[in-house]
Amino acid sequence: MQEELFTSGRNIPHIDPYLQIWHWPISLYLFLGGIAAGILFFAALFYVLGKEKEYPAAVKFASIIPPIALSIGLLALVYDLTHKLYTWRLYTTFRIESPMSWGAWVLLIVTPLSFLWLFSYYAEIYPKTEEKLQLLKKFKFLATFEQFLKTNRLYIAYALIPLTLVLGVYTGILLSAFNARPLWNNAILGPLFLTSGLSTGAAAIILMAKTKKEKHLFGKIDLALIIVELALIVHMIMGYYAGSQVQLEAMQLLVGGDFTLMFFGFVVILGLIIPATLELIELIGYKVPVIVPAMLVILGGLIFRFVMVEAGQLTRFLY
Amino acid sequence: MRYAMVIDTLKCVGCSDCVVACQTENDVPIGFCRDWITETVNGSYPNLDLELKSERCNHCDNAPCVRCCPTGASHIGDGGIVLVTANECIGCGACIESCPYDARYQHPDGYVDKCTFCHHRLEKGQLPACVSVCPTKCMYFGDLDNPNSEVSQLLKNRKHKTLAPEAGTNPHVFYLI
Repeated sequence: MQEELFTSGRNIPHIDPYLQIWHWPISLYLFLGGIAAGILFFAALFYVLGKEKEYPAAVKFASIIPPIALSIGLLALVYDLTHKLYTWRLYTTFRIESPMSWGAWVLLIVTPLSFLWLFSYYAEIYPKTEEKLQLLKKFKFLATFEQFLKTNRLYIAYALIPLTLVLGVYTGILLSAFNARPLWNNAILGPLFLTSGLSTGAAAIILMAKTKKEKHLFGKIDLALIIVELALIVHMIMGYYAGSQVQLEAMQLLVGGDFTLMFFGFVVILGLIIPATLELIELIGYKVPVIVPAMLVILGGLIFRFVMVEAGQLTRFLY
Repeated sequence: MRYAMVIDTLKCVGCSDCVVACQTENDVPIGFCRDWITETVNGSYPNLDLELKSERCNHCDNAPCVRCCPTGASHIGDGGIVLVTANECIGCGACIESCPYDARYQHPDGYVDKCTFCHHRLEKGQLPACVSVCPTKCMYFGDLDNPNSEVSQLLKNRKHKTLAPEAGTNPHVFYLI
């Protein structure tokens, strides 16, 4: 038996009895960053493939989501900083070993690109708003800029494909780089968060899609991504199971601990298995309102981020 | 030059003098601490084994906090001391999440704060506050690169351990056992 306690009465705010350094804004951002990366990835990919007309929701209509998601996500990130006035310090250096530095720089590039992508389609997807506001007619430079963006869309798309993948992976690597938190400290978290981000992105595109063809295609993509995600989750659990004592203890939180219901109930069953089944049933030919699996996937992705951020901070090496 | 601290768990009585000295010397805000005492009881009655340890930042060689810091505010200074530059710190908490010893905290002013081995005292040739006040003289401080220093000699001749070596951080606070 071993019992350890602080005799000097250590009770530091947010550190003891367990870490509460990262709160809901981080979880929210990890979700929003993932979904924005997913949507932008598909938008850029389908544009490069020349399928703009065939899949307008993916390329055009869903592109309203990433700028809003990234803006809210960035605000959430800054909100969770405690030394906010020094945020600019992120951009005076690039630290190759720090995932957060990678993320800060990638966000600095992807966020404006997401706005440019939306703006280049603005007149096309919101003709009524443009008719009322007459922005492009009133301001000549905006019209010139829009024209410039339209001619250079392919280059933006080529830039977005690798950048969104980095953004998606980074949301996971951010956590897995902390070897002090055994629940996070596994290499599979990067691909897992990327897959989850792409899957929620595909689900958002399904919600925006108007044609049956597009809904079906993204239903299939989503189904494939969910299967990959389930496999990665199995590997993650296997990794804990084969890990050291601290990782075994971390696994207890997800398997038979405080977060079992949240993780297996809400993330794995409600967020992955049920939507996958529904999408499969729909592919076979039965009628399923696509909004149900798509919403389940998105909610599952959101809960997944909250579970990982909260549970990870309960796991530690000492005390 | 590689600073290290050696603490004799057989001599420590857990009086918390080091904790108070640190809080006074470094003006640590109320409710926070840069060092602390743990009491570990091993075994089952009547065969019990008590170990008292004064713990703090381990000033690791492979410091995960320095690796994860996105701005370079956390850095390794002279003598291997891990330091935080307050006006470069954005308070993101990445270093706190990455520390296996939970030795860092967010100062009420926003930046991240931690043990500095009292580098302001070292510059004047003084010992860290905690070491200098220890009533049982169970704490030793010195240069590990010098084979004749007190800390090097102690580590050569006595059984010792570090905290959570499995975290791979190569800590530089040693406990004689």
